[in-house]
Amino acid sequence: MSDTSTSGLPRILAVVAAAGFRRHSTYRQATIAGAFTNTMFGFMRCYIMLSVVDVTGQAGGYDRAQLATFVWVGQGLLAVVNFWTPPELAERVRSGDVVADLLRPVDLMAMVLATDLGRAGYALITRFVVPVVVGMLAFDLFLPADPLTYAAFAVSVLLAVLISATCLHLVALTAFWLMDVRGVTMVWALLSGAASGLYFPLTLLPDWLATLLWVGTPFPSLMQAPLDVLVGRGSAALMVAGQVAWLAVVVALARVVQRRALNRLVIQGG
Amino acid sequence: MTAVIKTSALRKDFTVWHKTGRLRRQRRVVSAVDGVDLTVTEGELLGYIGPNGAGKSTTLKMMTGILSPSGGQVSVCGLTPVPQRTTLALRIGVVFGQRSQLWWDLPLSESFSLLRHVYRVPAADHAARLRRCRELLDLDAFLATPVRQLSLGQRMRGELTAALLHGPKVLFLDEPTIGLDVLSKQAVRGFLAELDARGDTTVVLTTHDLADIEKLCRRLVVIDHGRVVHDGTVAQLHAAYRSRRRVVVDLDAPWPADLVLPGASVERVEADGLRVTIALEDTTAGELLGRLAGSVALRDLSVREPEIDDVIARLYAGR
Repeated sequence: MSDTSTSGLPRILAVVAAAGFRRHSTYRQATIAGAFTNTMFGFMRCYIMLSVVDVTGQAGGYDRAQLATFVWVGQGLLAVVNFWTPPELAERVRSGDVVADLLRPVDLMAMVLATDLGRAGYALITRFVVPVVVGMLAFDLFLPADPLTYAAFAVSVLLAVLISATCLHLVALTAFWLMDVRGVTMVWALLSGAASGLYFPLTLLPDWLATLLWVGTPFPSLMQAPLDVLVGRGSAALMVAGQVAWLAVVVALARVVQRRALNRLVIQGG
Repeated sequence: MTAVIKTSALRKDFTVWHKTGRLRRQRRVVSAVDGVDLTVTEGELLGYIGPNGAGKSTTLKMMTGILSPSGGQVSVCGLTPVPQRTTLALRIGVVFGQRSQLWWDLPLSESFSLLRHVYRVPAADHAARLRRCRELLDLDAFLATPVRQLSLGQRMRGELTAALLHGPKVLFLDEPTIGLDVLSKQAVRGFLAELDARGDTTVVLTTHDLADIEKLCRRLVVIDHGRVVHDGTVAQLHAAYRSRRRVVVDLDAPWPADLVLPGASVERVEADGLRVTIALEDTTAGELLGRLAGSVALRDLSVREPEIDDVIARLYAGR
């Protein structure tokens, strides 16, 4: 039994990820509405940022094209790296449906992460592509010349998706104690938006604060890191290494919290 | 006969906090399951019933590894459920009537093929089991429908299928017929009867619908206040609670009030004395009829078997 469980796991998770992709692909109107909204906000954010560059010549160390890329690719990544969708698990804990999840022969967190990778894959070919193409047509974007940069960007995005999904799993796990996770979700949405570089490049912040965010929180790993890797600001290797480190930290934390949450469930009941 | 499920002195205590003042709360321990000894052998179909809050679901959750016991032992398929939950999951199937294990936004057929991978079922086994469920549960009409659009009856048939696709040794059903219409109930019952007849799956069924029990279960365990109050056949339950058969007679002339019937008692006189219900206590229907034929003008009669609802109601009420 144990040998099949180890050799079969990657395949199971691949199928679960494919199902996650399929599940999200059933919501076509939501996809169109989301891509449209992301694109509209792209124009708004881009004009605001560029107006700053027009006055000062640069903003936070980015030139015009880099900044336009930062904004438009950021608008695309917004749906790939999950920021705002409340975790499904929290609702399942509240309703009691989590019981069905626990009766699977596969670890809960592995199922959650695989499903989210599928979701991210679907978002990549829909919600990511639309704003980026529109941005390319409407503005002069900075496009890296080195193919390796694109590869590093892809790795960095994958890491960002995993870090975000793990953090959201942590948010969801608080449901085992709190039942209602709306408060925690709001705090997460606020912090992950403001401290990740989603709303504005973190380089606009005072140095000490930006450093504090990079070193002390996983948030810059979600958005600023992949975008800086793409526009070639700072060391790509260093940023990806930072993401790997943060992924290790949040996964370890999530394992501990999940174990305690499930212990609490099996001892105290739903 | 090997024991597939075995519990001994199984207990589950919950701590509840009572508000006793503005800030003060008092701790109280409630035993939801209070010393249950149960052995279920391979292939058995066990009815597990009790009033709301009796501890049925709590027992099932301990057997499936969702709750850890506060005391006593439980083993299912030779495994200890909570620590070995993910291994046990491969050998058991579970349907909670009020929960869903299907993927809300996927068509039923995709949920099934996803489950095949999650449970690592060989394609041929999966196909054979699915074919059987499709026939017996009439799934074809809604296999391509997303689960969120299914009616409750359709969804429950899907849930049953999902619980069986990996060929579990034990199937736990927690109120699988709750809220279903007559046809869906019949479909579910017919399916379970067929499953029982094959004899390779052990089934533990909790329900409030006693027709489920009468039609399906030879063995019935009644639990109340966390304790087993009856473990035996339905007939034994009737015997223990002295359920009585009844004879209903229709007469051409009104019932003579002074008629004495040894070993039987008149329960009800209706329709201006033209219809009488007589409960049999110490006599047989034949003896009663012989006596009646000589005394009254019989037009019609029927013999009613004791109803399980009555005996269960008496059992619950007398606690």
